[in-house]
Amino acid sequence: MSIENPVAAPAMIQPDTESPPAASDPRSVGIVETKFLTLFEPPHPLVLANGSTLGPITVAYETYGKLNAAKDNAIYVCHALTGDAHMAGKRATEDRKPGWWDELVGPDKGLDTNRYFVICANVLGGCQGTTGPGSINPATGRRYGLDFPFITFADMVSVHSELTRKLGIDKLLSVIGGSVGGMQVLEWAAKFPDQIRSAVCLATGPRLSAQGIAFNMVGRRAITSDPNFSQGSYYGDEKGSIINIESGPKLGLAIARMVAHITYLSEESIENKFGRHLQHREQFTFDMTTDVEFQVESYLHYQGQRFVERFDANSYLYLTRAMDYFDLARDYGGVSQALAKTNARFLVVSYTSDWLFPTAQSKEIVASLVKSGRHVTFVELESPFGHDSFLLEVEPLQEMLEPFLSQTHLTAASDNIGKSK
Amino acid sequence: MATVTKPKKIRRFCMPDPFAVLTDEIIQAQIRSRTRVLDLGCGDGRLLQTLRDVHQCQVQGIELDLEELKAAMHRGIPVLQGDLDHGLDGFPDDSFDFAVLSQTLQQVRQPRLIVQEMLRVAKQALVVVPNFAHWKVRLKVGLHGRAPVTSQLPYEWYDTPNLHFMSMCDFRDLAELLEAKIVKELPIIRGRAVEGAWWANLRADSALYVLEKNGKHSSA
Repeated sequence: MSIENPVAAPAMIQPDTESPPAASDPRSVGIVETKFLTLFEPPHPLVLANGSTLGPITVAYETYGKLNAAKDNAIYVCHALTGDAHMAGKRATEDRKPGWWDELVGPDKGLDTNRYFVICANVLGGCQGTTGPGSINPATGRRYGLDFPFITFADMVSVHSELTRKLGIDKLLSVIGGSVGGMQVLEWAAKFPDQIRSAVCLATGPRLSAQGIAFNMVGRRAITSDPNFSQGSYYGDEKGSIINIESGPKLGLAIARMVAHITYLSEESIENKFGRHLQHREQFTFDMTTDVEFQVESYLHYQGQRFVERFDANSYLYLTRAMDYFDLARDYGGVSQALAKTNARFLVVSYTSDWLFPTAQSKEIVASLVKSGRHVTFVELESPFGHDSFLLEVEPLQEMLEPFLSQTHLTAASDNIGKSK
Repeated sequence: MATVTKPKKIRRFCMPDPFAVLTDEIIQAQIRSRTRVLDLGCGDGRLLQTLRDVHQCQVQGIELDLEELKAAMHRGIPVLQGDLDHGLDGFPDDSFDFAVLSQTLQQVRQPRLIVQEMLRVAKQALVVVPNFAHWKVRLKVGLHGRAPVTSQLPYEWYDTPNLHFMSMCDFRDLAELLEAKIVKELPIIRGRAVEGAWWANLRADSALYVLEKNGKHSSA
């Protein structure tokens, strides 16, 4: 399995005004295309949080719906840790699955593409088209590997923000994200407070807990101790345009994914889905060489295998480290201080069975917003699916996003009237 | 040989609807424009909507019921889902000018805690409580030997959300216990606020109280 590394991208693009080809499902965005844009070209590289500079940066992104004339209907979605820009629709009719949040994005869906212009981009440091450790370093002509500079969520959000400006949008109607995506939303509110009218934070927190850091560490250790890791220079084809993931620390990356995947589920959901059911036979084998006896083992193996087919281990190292570093209070002198600068409305949602980002973390965000006198709505939704609930429980989310976004849009419209007077 | 007889329909005195528009108007009259208001148990947010749109208040609601909360979202009212029985954890001290609790105090498990919390987070607490010492209630209890029934919904004693039965006198005791100053006491008689009403504890079906923590002064 290999991933295309984008080479060239248009310098400046117009928002997509063409409608996608008619799809059989009227609630689907249809066939979509991942687009590329190059930002921070010389002599204006991105100054990173660690003080170094990076540029040019290629960004892979997709858009759905149309930007209206007032340019006040744009919504930016920040994907979770290992997500990508392909959020909705299919890139080709024969694609087996649509994008990762297809249930939420489309005509008459929660993010209604009849009304809104929805943007999603792969994060800086990722491996799904945006510049990351697997990209070619223009200074050396070789892949960055571990020479890729250390990046933070603040750096990722700087890239999101610049992409938004390049798309001709001054102010986003909303920024939405779950988990690590929600952390980027918080960072956005703190770093570019005037660029957003509203913020939706799902299953997230103002920092990663020690428990979360611990799980990330196990994942990284699995990768770096894999004999094929080779100090991150495992790409094999060091100069070509193709990343060959076959040669990388596949086993370590798969283990990292398995550990992480457990944290995305809940005890209840694993119990309901697998229980103690055996995979192949009725009885135990009493054989230590049997790799998979229980169904839950088979499931995790499958998740690990699927993951290494699409993800670069170096990106996993960089992104989980960025996640560990994220701490709104540390970076801005307090969560309230970080969130006091924006006038954006907030919708904060947590899930009862999420133990990676438990409700208490959402409540901390909420308390800080109340303290700064912000417009905030908070809901804890009942769900058995653990941290993954934000991706799975689409209907209750949709019922809240609909009024939240349309009410925010009303304030945007009245602002525009105010301006034109 | 017991014959099943249709239960006799008993006409009972009903306390006013918690969302009565009139009560809302009485509350609004007590709230200054352009202040920060917290409504505990805000329901679908209609009181807060008026306060926001007419009185330019900065508003925040708390509501437990998800359907009511979504209705408030459709009005653009910010609402935190929360159970008043857990107090106002996470709300900083003095973060609001007014905290409103309308016709809900009798339904929370710990009324004392919630009033205390309101006085902590807001400069003034506005509480509307039903007066179970109303003469009709007394009559029902005294003559018929039946428990009082509140609200227009047909709650029976075994499924009523009302956990506590208090009178105006009882509420004053609570205020004293909390060392709160009663800035205002407005008896509400048939939907109208009657300031300084005679025999209020007998005549009022409910009453509005404006409380302040002793030592605090309302800044006009």
